[in-house]
Amino acid sequence: MHAVMPAKAGIHVLALALSLAALPAAAGTDYRRIEGATFQSVLPEALDSKNVTIGRYQLASTPVTNAEFLAFVRAHPQWQRGRAAKLFVDEGYLRHWGGPAGLGSAVPQAPVVQVSWFAADAYCAAQGARLPTWHEWEWVAAADERVTDARQDPVWRQRILGWYAETGTALPRVGRGPANVHGVQDLHGLVWEWVEDFGAMMVSGDNREQGSDPDLMKFCGAGAMTMEQKENYAVMMRIAMLSSLKAAYTTANLGFRCAKDLP
Amino acid sequence: MNRLLSAVMPAKACPERRRRAGIQGLALALALGAGVAPATVPDDSLYQLAMPLTDQAGKPAALDLARGSPVLVTMFYGSCPHVCPMLVSTMQRFERELPEASRGRLRVLMVSLDPERDTPAKLAEVAARHGVDLRRWTLARAGPKDARRLAAALNIQYRQLPDGEFNHSTVITLLDAQGRIQKQTSSLLRLDPEFAAVLKAATRR
Repeated sequence: MHAVMPAKAGIHVLALALSLAALPAAAGTDYRRIEGATFQSVLPEALDSKNVTIGRYQLASTPVTNAEFLAFVRAHPQWQRGRAAKLFVDEGYLRHWGGPAGLGSAVPQAPVVQVSWFAADAYCAAQGARLPTWHEWEWVAAADERVTDARQDPVWRQRILGWYAETGTALPRVGRGPANVHGVQDLHGLVWEWVEDFGAMMVSGDNREQGSDPDLMKFCGAGAMTMEQKENYAVMMRIAMLSSLKAAYTTANLGFRCAKDLP
Repeated sequence: MNRLLSAVMPAKACPERRRRAGIQGLALALALGAGVAPATVPDDSLYQLAMPLTDQAGKPAALDLARGSPVLVTMFYGSCPHVCPMLVSTMQRFERELPEASRGRLRVLMVSLDPERDTPAKLAEVAARHGVDLRRWTLARAGPKDARRLAAALNIQYRQLPDGEFNHSTVITLLDAQGRIQKQTSSLLRLDPEFAAVLKAATRR
């Protein structure tokens, strides 16, 4: 549709190239700049410190959609349903799609679900991106439309818990939820999301369990982390869910979004 | 580019690897005297992860460097003060329990969680400190992204702490000759008898 008039084609191509260059990323993925922050995480990094510091980075404003993931598996057929190795995906992988390289009745703009951590990791790598870490995700997800840290706000908590209580509704398209102060949408209220270090939660309800059982000695290092802010169920439930997963698992309400480093 | 490719290309889709696998498969068939060489990496094999490693001698290696043999694989970091030395000694105790011929068939691969600090020199130092048999043991590091992928496939949890140390779960995994997970254990002080039995059977001819 750009090359209607051959004489102008060069200019059109130039214009197209310029407009593409101005976009944040290919295929409409909108990355938002997130400033570095120090905050109280529910997962402190060490027993003697509650604060966590993250550097600045970029986070996609919305979760990856079915349409975006379809483009990925078409370009990388080894990630199509039926071809992806069992090491990387379980039987549920993309089972809601019509076929290995077709959506069927799956809504193109809905978040992709039934994807494993390995598949999400490969998708982001193919975009020159990566999965966000838990702390990066947690920080941006602590915001609401007005403040960067709304976690003590009962309304914020209730909104999330209300979503958890919803059952069995079909997933709507991404980008309908309000943008938070970072310009990021759908962190709550749509799908749960993989993070890069989902397998690093090391959660135990009681830190005395860790390091005291001489037969187990499961964790090496400075002692495993314990969860702080136990009253914050909304975030706790995320961690409980993520820490129960294995990297090849897929579920009907688990998707992902990508992040990028900032120089 | 390389990392990107390895991220999006499982081993079976990469022609270069397949060619190499073919050669290894041939070598394996010759070593066994007969038998059918496995043409491709099984679907559920750890060797689906095509990732380059660097060993304690600074030489490039591959994750499937011990393909054709049963392998004990684990992840660790060189500066770990307490549990990681126990991890090494636990694997050495598993080895010592095997008849000599069986022990000769077993390979051990330890991959670092801390590629930044675990240089080949550091890995060689760890190997020397524990007196491991480098004819059968390999200590290696992977790229940071690949370390996370390997840990995910082995169900090893880890997180780097602000002081540079790591919290990680200790998991010893036994792979069969084709890289499929046979058995895992997290028990260090007391040798897991079930694991020892599976290891014994796997290394018997």
